[in-house]
Amino acid sequence: MIEEKFAYGSSFIHKLDPQIRILALIVLSFAAALCDNLYLAVIYFVISIILISLAGLNRIDVLKRLKPLFWFLLMIWIILPLTFDGDIMYRFYWLKITYQGLILCCKITIKSITIMLIFVALIATMTIASLGSGLHRIHVPDKMVFLILMSYRYISVIEEEYKRLLRAAKFRGFKPGTNVHSYKTFAYIAGMLFVRASLRAQRVHQAMLCRGFNQKFHTLDEYPPNRLNLIFLMGIFGASLSLVILEIIWV
Amino acid sequence: MHISEGVLSAPVLATGAALALAGTGLGLKKIDYDRIVHVAILASAFFVASLIHVNIGPASVHLILNGIVGLLLGVAAIPAILTALLLQAVFFQYGGLTTLGVNVVVMAVPAVLAHYLFLPLLGKSPTLTFIAGFLAGLFSILFSSILLGLALWFTNQNFFETSLAIITAYIPVMIIEGIVTGFCVTFLLKAYPEIIPKKKK
Repeated sequence: MIEEKFAYGSSFIHKLDPQIRILALIVLSFAAALCDNLYLAVIYFVISIILISLAGLNRIDVLKRLKPLFWFLLMIWIILPLTFDGDIMYRFYWLKITYQGLILCCKITIKSITIMLIFVALIATMTIASLGSGLHRIHVPDKMVFLILMSYRYISVIEEEYKRLLRAAKFRGFKPGTNVHSYKTFAYIAGMLFVRASLRAQRVHQAMLCRGFNQKFHTLDEYPPNRLNLIFLMGIFGASLSLVILEIIWV
Repeated sequence: MHISEGVLSAPVLATGAALALAGTGLGLKKIDYDRIVHVAILASAFFVASLIHVNIGPASVHLILNGIVGLLLGVAAIPAILTALLLQAVFFQYGGLTTLGVNVVVMAVPAVLAHYLFLPLLGKSPTLTFIAGFLAGLFSILFSSILLGLALWFTNQNFFETSLAIITAYIPVMIIEGIVTGFCVTFLLKAYPEIIPKKKK
């Protein structure tokens, strides 16, 4: 279920330092999110496509990852053009489609896909361990990095617990349905997950203390200094800055 | 409950990010290294609980359970929810970086409020415990969907109908979360009462 499908590879993006990728993500995705011009949004979209191809990811897999987004976009396309005030383009009895609503839909669609693609290209291509070390080096507080790494480590364990509890319930003839009994069963399963998580946390904490845990995590990933890092970062910064300036001049 | 990328305006994104940052700072301050493993693994449990799908007629919805996380962790729920949302973004591409702040506020603020409103009612009597749990679950989702609607509405007044549609769509989820949280809290008090934080005396 939880797999870092894109995290391993030998592309240009995979070789970049996590710290550089996180900085590039922050700058580029905020620039794209704040853009309010359809044409410039298309340029950001092109940049995101370039990043995805630089990362050498399987296009089908990337599209599958965007599935939850498509449901949201579908809802936007159904509601917005009909409810948005503006110049009426098309009228069908009491239904009216407005020009502004349609443009807004296009903008939201392009921008949301763009930002997700940037995220996939830059962040989904690293392991959580690398993400942790990258966050640490851009001075995210130690406790936050610890929470992310630790929580990631135990997701698969807790998920196994969940599967075991569900299997046990099914052996006893549990068939989920729309009734209070089913909700009660799921509530007890969820409750048991929290109980087991808490008990496990105690054991893990004691084990860590026994091994001399001194509140520090050390990373084993090595990213040798590489001139490409700086060139990439400058390229992203330059592109974002010029697009932002272009938008300010344009409007 | 997530808001997608590319929708919200700059002031809304900035407000969300600032509030989330302040809340996370506050939450991290409350977590010492003796409790951090506990918070981290409860964040994993929160992540996994959101994979549990329950039936509702022919469709199914997944549990959110931010109410329970709030009840169990208090202010520490903010960094825990941030962690879970970040990991969801990395693994499933639910939301991304720019909306992370807003999403944390949407999920965590009701959770923390539920902690202060409903925790004192737990354990008084079985009926009251269930009702408090039910209200905590219902209130968390109701308030979360209202915050989500507000984020859209502040972005553009024309999102009013969309916001209303979202809040309406969450009504069945509120009821289910209420029932599940009510039973879950009853169960926790019976099976492992130590997990419920004790009131300060």
